[in-house]
Amino acid sequence: MLEKKPVLFMILATLAILVGTAVTMVLPFVWVNTAADRIEGVTPYTPLQQEGRDIYIREGCNNCHTQTVRPLVAEVLRYGDYSKSGEFVYDRPFLWGSKRTGPDLARLGGKYPDAWHYKHMKSPRSMVPKTNMPDYPWLNDNPLDPDVIRNKMETLGFPYDDEQIADLTGKTEMDAMVAYLQKLGSDIPWRKAAETTIVGDLTNPFPGDAAAISAGQAIYASNCAACHGDNREGMIGPELTDMGMEDAELYQVLHNGIPDGGMPGFSNLGSTKVWQLVNFLNSGQ
Amino acid sequence: MEKPSYNTDIVRSFVTWSLVWGLVAVLVGVIVSLQMVNPDLNFGPYLTFGRLRPIHTNAGIYGWGVGTIFATFLFMVQRLCKQPLWSDKLAKFQLWFFNATIIASAVTLLLGYTTSKEYHEMEWPIDVMVVILWVAFAINIIMTIIKRKDEQMYISLWYMMAALIGVAILYLVNAAAVPASLFKSYSAYAGTNDANVHWWFGHNAVAMALTAPPLAMFYYFLPKSTGVPIYSHRLSIIAFWSLIFMYLWTGAHHLLWTPVPDWIQTLAMAFSVMLIAPSWGSVINGYLSMNGQWHQMKENYLVKFLILGITFYGLQTLQGPMQSIRSFSAFIHYTDWVPAHIHMGTMGWVSMISFASIYFLAPRIYGREIYSIPLANLHFWLALIGQLIWSISLWVAGVLQAGMWNAMNDDGSLTYTFMETMVEMYPYWWARVIGGAIYFAGILIFVYNLYMTVRKKETIPSTTAEGRA
Repeated sequence: MLEKKPVLFMILATLAILVGTAVTMVLPFVWVNTAADRIEGVTPYTPLQQEGRDIYIREGCNNCHTQTVRPLVAEVLRYGDYSKSGEFVYDRPFLWGSKRTGPDLARLGGKYPDAWHYKHMKSPRSMVPKTNMPDYPWLNDNPLDPDVIRNKMETLGFPYDDEQIADLTGKTEMDAMVAYLQKLGSDIPWRKAAETTIVGDLTNPFPGDAAAISAGQAIYASNCAACHGDNREGMIGPELTDMGMEDAELYQVLHNGIPDGGMPGFSNLGSTKVWQLVNFLNSGQ
Repeated sequence: MEKPSYNTDIVRSFVTWSLVWGLVAVLVGVIVSLQMVNPDLNFGPYLTFGRLRPIHTNAGIYGWGVGTIFATFLFMVQRLCKQPLWSDKLAKFQLWFFNATIIASAVTLLLGYTTSKEYHEMEWPIDVMVVILWVAFAINIIMTIIKRKDEQMYISLWYMMAALIGVAILYLVNAAAVPASLFKSYSAYAGTNDANVHWWFGHNAVAMALTAPPLAMFYYFLPKSTGVPIYSHRLSIIAFWSLIFMYLWTGAHHLLWTPVPDWIQTLAMAFSVMLIAPSWGSVINGYLSMNGQWHQMKENYLVKFLILGITFYGLQTLQGPMQSIRSFSAFIHYTDWVPAHIHMGTMGWVSMISFASIYFLAPRIYGREIYSIPLANLHFWLALIGQLIWSISLWVAGVLQAGMWNAMNDDGSLTYTFMETMVEMYPYWWARVIGGAIYFAGILIFVYNLYMTVRKKETIPSTTAEGRA
């Protein structure tokens, strides 16, 4: 019967399509991004950050990087606190992505100092030798256009002032990109909350052990050399040849990082590897 | 009785252009797969992975996929309705506007004008073009159906109508944005809402553009190729209505464990598993239609493409629901497993059916028998082997990487850094390059075979060419 009446057929097909649509796509608007979702401290992007975000979109970074940390053990350990809906209320469009060819970036902000990002964006392999991320040196050559960015802020309805717009003059797309990356995931104080306290005595389990020192050397090469230099001569980070720190003190620095100094923590390497690193750094080699 | 004069010129033109965009899609696919293994092959700012990958996906979906949909729908609708196309002029406009839209998409994506929303990257002026294009197409098909001579509408027409409606709704809703300039807009939805709307679109674009249309083709071209009707009309009715009802609930399976509300994720998971039933309804209907005809798998290359195609559909619709289960998604999502899944669908299911349909059309639109059946068989094997190498290598890669991401030491720390897991991917990414190159070689042979068919001197009598329904 129905197969003889195309108009009726199409109306019924439309209804069939709209049921699931209404429940799973339309209805969530009642709850998502409402007051219940809001998180204090989550702020709109500044003009510089928003432009950085638009460059991130233009270059298709979302094809290889996700921006959402799932509440799974290994994932929270690797990237940081899991993502909350209220953190994304100013994201138009969302940039959660679908593939992690590179790491998730939802908690990137504040992990590295600016200098790391400038160098890494220009030539990723200079920092991470085996990466397949393309180089983006031309971002340094493209100046920002304050008028275009002002118009974008108006369209989005984000607050800004004339000083912020004036400050854009003379800045490059690279500056905008780095500003954006440093904002990612840092609206909530998750680093502070995730800080671990070390309980009990810190005793070096491998004092003077040659195998631990050489293992530490390998860990240094793959995790530390990009910032502190192949021979610990210092680059983005300070030189590490003569630190004069006790083993226990150094362990704490490596474990927790120096959040205000741009040094990431390496607790996720596990205590064995951190101790190996301590033995290498304090071996006098 | 007088034969109605069907418009085959327009079908021929759409076949040509869908082949052009298919070649572009697969070639760019091979290029980006090489960029994955060697970053020196990125030539910024225009030819980087981030800008080329959307060209690969959109040329594949909208150029090759939708181009083939246009060609086959315009062919099928005339024959199923025993009625010439409602408007030849509108169809002509649709052809040129289709190519204009695809070219505009490719150029703007290279220039970095993108919304970032997967499979919907084109900025708002191109969205407008897509809407005009789709409306022109839909009017022509629907008017032809309304004026049909055959009262009963065959299964293929149902899937065609569902696709016309479904794509229109999905595309319009997801395109909603506020323009800041000619080539920059901001989504009308923010954050979690935007994600949920987008994957409602993303997953159902697969349903309405890459499932319903190939099913329409399959239900038409399989009986035409074997000479035996579809096994069960009733089964196809049940499968059709349950498919289009259930699909729309499942978008959030792309967002499991994200901040999207849990109940939406749970619904998506449940409906994804239920979708196995209508999907396999079509698979089983296809297999049972081969009762007593399995010998044609040896003798008829069209049947080979169609049956392998529906088999990959069957596998795809088992693997998909499996990935939609929370625990499995937690493990496998964001790894290379997922592109392997998608490519079994596109290279195995959709393209296999499209190849078969175009081979079937060839004598009817060119007035000449296919130039070489051995070459068509070679194409079949290259497509099959290329796709299997592609998918299997990345399934293995995905499981390996997921395992490494989750590996933990006794003290509760992670065993591997991200880079330690990434470098393990390189051999598998090389295997993908090889699989893609083999698949591309198959398409080159396909195009060569069709080109030589057009160039053949001896034609088949026009009555058979035109009148064969």
